[in-house]
Amino acid sequence: MAIDKRVKSAGDALADVADGATVFISGFGGAGFPNLLIRALREQGTKRLTLVVNSATHRYSLTHELIEAGQVSKVICSAARGAGKDLSPFETLLKAGKIELTCLPQGTFAEAIRAGGAGIPAFYTPVGVGTDLTRGKEVRRFGERDYVLEPAIQGDLALVRADTADQYGNLTFRYAQANFGPVMATAARLAVAEVRAISDQPIPHTQAQLPGIYIDRVVLAAE
Amino acid sequence: MSTVKTQPLNRRQMAWRSAQDIADKSLVNLGLGMPLAVADYLQPGRDVFFQSENGVVGVGPLATADKIDTDLVDAGSRRVTLRPGATIIDSASSFAMIRGGHIDVSILGAFEVAANGDLANWDMRVPDKGPLVGGAMDLAAGARAVWVIMEHTTRKGAPRLVGSCSLPLTAVRCVKRIYTDLAVVDVTPAGFVVLEVLEGMTPEELATKSGAPLTFAPGWKPLSAPPIADAD
Repeated sequence: MAIDKRVKSAGDALADVADGATVFISGFGGAGFPNLLIRALREQGTKRLTLVVNSATHRYSLTHELIEAGQVSKVICSAARGAGKDLSPFETLLKAGKIELTCLPQGTFAEAIRAGGAGIPAFYTPVGVGTDLTRGKEVRRFGERDYVLEPAIQGDLALVRADTADQYGNLTFRYAQANFGPVMATAARLAVAEVRAISDQPIPHTQAQLPGIYIDRVVLAAE
Repeated sequence: MSTVKTQPLNRRQMAWRSAQDIADKSLVNLGLGMPLAVADYLQPGRDVFFQSENGVVGVGPLATADKIDTDLVDAGSRRVTLRPGATIIDSASSFAMIRGGHIDVSILGAFEVAANGDLANWDMRVPDKGPLVGGAMDLAAGARAVWVIMEHTTRKGAPRLVGSCSLPLTAVRCVKRIYTDLAVVDVTPAGFVVLEVLEGMTPEELATKSGAPLTFAPGWKPLSAPPIADAD
């Protein structure tokens, strides 16, 4: 049987996601948010999710729908502040103690996911040493500098937005759309990509930016 | 003696002043807010790459309405363009570039800088608002040189150059140089060393606006900038 990772709908792609899943969601600054898949996850109604996403809520992302629907019990991110002076739905839940938060420096966030997909259980980084975000973590000196031990992050599901895919799950990204998508796909047990277009022909190796080996399912996101 | 009192630099003039010190062929990361204006004031003939934490290596000018592409954004979610020779990498690779010491200069805004180079620029302790650190700690800890652009004092007149930071730290002992509306100051193992003081201001006056001892470099100069309208 020829490998073919294309599935009919976002709902089909997420049908077997379980309550309590740790879910990676790509996207930064309006580029690369997998909003079709996020919406499908909300419609599916999965509960007690841990979201691993750079911004807890972003005006161009639909993560706030999952949070408002009460499907999220924890967020791991680098940005948890809603725009504006009023509290965002996330901040309201955080204040009420109804949602858990881990805030990481963005590079530590990215590297923890990279490590999670690369067989590295933890790593030492100079970032955050001496700050509130690393309080209580192991610090070790290498040479003249202190480094803090940060654990890798692995997950059950990655939702990734890309530009094109082929049947093998190979992906291309437009401009800054890639951001966290490639490492998130490597660190998740199940990686689902939504794409603008699915190519009938295999994507040339010089153009593929993420090997399809890391992607399990591909969904077409109609414009 | 002139009795004309020179106005403190406005925010764009502070950006202009720091831009004058960016060397040819540098790789520079500009933090959100005031530092972004630095890109407008490079010295003619200096070929500089701007890196954005979301992976754009070679950010060009802001996109005009006909060029906007929602997939081409910078760290501040602004729609940008690419300069010739630009490349784009993923976030983990971008922070490897930042953390790995490949950025020549990181220019950041700040609330406070301590005489030992400690930086506080990420957490104002706003009640009930969620934390937002983004790439600030990575940029402060990873770049070869960290420069800060900030007003010399708060609106209430409290010094931002301090003996030790009162706000949560972004990184320890990282700041090399500070550009304020009143001065250009190096952070050295011996503390704050003033290189330039606002034209017409005395060293004594600057010292009263600073929260830690200042040393004045031999041959320190007056600070001035061309007239530039401030940002909104």
